[in-house]
Amino acid sequence: MIDLVDVSKSYGKGLPAVNHANLHVEKGEFVFVVGSSGSGKSTLIKLLMKELDSTSGRITVSGERLEGMKHRRVAKYRRKLGVVFQDFRLLRDRNVYENVAFAQRVIGRPTRVIRKRVPEVLQEVGLANKYKSYPDELSGGEQQRVALARALVNRPDILLADEPTGNLDPRTSEEIMALLEEINQRGTTVLVVTHNREIVNSMKKRVVTMHEGMIISDEKEGEYHEA
Amino acid sequence: MRPSTIWYTLKQGIKNIRRNWMFSIASIITMAACIFLVGTFYSIVNNINNITRKVEQEVPVTVFFDEGTTQEEIDEIGELLKARPEVARVEFESADEAWEKFREDYFQGSDAAEGFKDDNPLVNSANYQVYLKEIERQNQLIAYIQGLDHVRDINQSEQAARTLGSFNKLVSYASIAIIAILVLISIFLISNTISVGISVRKEEIGIMKLIGATDNFVRAPFLLEGMVLGLIGAAIPLITLYYVYTSVVEYILNQFNVLTGIVDFIPVSTIYQVLLPLGIALGIGIGLIGSFMTTKKHLKV
Repeated sequence: MIDLVDVSKSYGKGLPAVNHANLHVEKGEFVFVVGSSGSGKSTLIKLLMKELDSTSGRITVSGERLEGMKHRRVAKYRRKLGVVFQDFRLLRDRNVYENVAFAQRVIGRPTRVIRKRVPEVLQEVGLANKYKSYPDELSGGEQQRVALARALVNRPDILLADEPTGNLDPRTSEEIMALLEEINQRGTTVLVVTHNREIVNSMKKRVVTMHEGMIISDEKEGEYHEA
Repeated sequence: MRPSTIWYTLKQGIKNIRRNWMFSIASIITMAACIFLVGTFYSIVNNINNITRKVEQEVPVTVFFDEGTTQEEIDEIGELLKARPEVARVEFESADEAWEKFREDYFQGSDAAEGFKDDNPLVNSANYQVYLKEIERQNQLIAYIQGLDHVRDINQSEQAARTLGSFNKLVSYASIAIIAILVLISIFLISNTISVGISVRKEEIGIMKLIGATDNFVRAPFLLEGMVLGLIGAAIPLITLYYVYTSVVEYILNQFNVLTGIVDFIPVSTIYQVLLPLGIALGIGIGLIGSFMTTKKHLKV
């Protein structure tokens, strides 16, 4: 599903943000990418989202080569991904329903489909009764659920989560992680970038550790070791 | 495009306009001024052209003949003149007719002319009055006539038409310059309005891109915004000008009774056959160019 072969990314001079990384993720896997700030995990996510281009190496995601991908193709490619962020990135001037529906409008789904699909996915993330609320009326955990619903509404192959619990308290973080696990069990490949040690260690998933741009360990049912 | 996408684009476009209404109004006003001027100059230039054409057709070149030229020779010259491509029509005036006309024009039925009795003082005044299709080709024709046998004199009374013609050219050039400047200002203001709209919605656009919105989907509401601004900017002056034109024509004809019959104004409906599509195309065009340039610049991933 995700294949990185000898991928490097450098911003100008100095150490590359990602340094000769090799990573292979199968369909349906759940993977944590951990490491301290500046270890290159955010850059990795940006490379996968084609927000950045790699300097060298080869990235293949869901059967698509990202190097040399035409600008036009990028939008279509991103529809295969669901993305959530630490800061949720919801539209403040729209309610929960509209925020989720937005993702479907963007890819040109007809209204009839949207009306059916949005309540479904809100149900999945446990927000069925809050569809009229605005982001500012919701707790952090609820906002992240909205973001998750938006990421999932188009049934992506892969869910990328960039520090999804970064702004949440431990209990809410656990809830969100449980939700991610559930999503994974329904068949979506999930890649979570985080530095939340407790969560990583409690979930017994594959853990890829990055340090100064390099992947220094990759363990099945691994733990988060401080480098 | 799906209907839901069109609807979405429409709603977002209108929302943009309302969200930064001050810039929107500024662009509309500039555009309206621009198109109003286009319309005004178009009306003026066309009317002057119309009058010039009339004058051209009514001010002939007069050709006089050498003493003793026979009627056959005169007829021959007439045939040659009629064959010229720049000639609209040729009228012959015999010496008697010339005298008759002169008498009417200058003595206006008084007895002063009676002294001449049958002794026509204009005995050598038989002439051709040559009406041209276009005043510009007068010199060409005159050069030709000068080369003909039996021609004594040529009278060209082009002054009026010339003056009108060059005045029209001046108005045309001045208006093209002013309109060009206003078009540029309009494009600049539209572009400014759109870029404010883009910066206000930067976050939203970022999210759209991450979700997989195509460039066109992101761009469409802004292009629509530009087009709507252009359309409103065109509609205001076009409607205003319609009434202004009608009342100005009415006013001029009322105030200067002399002009009635001499000056013929083009009816507003004829003017609008061109001006309406022109104005709308200009408005939408300016709107589209302004917004297209801006989105192209700002909406790169």
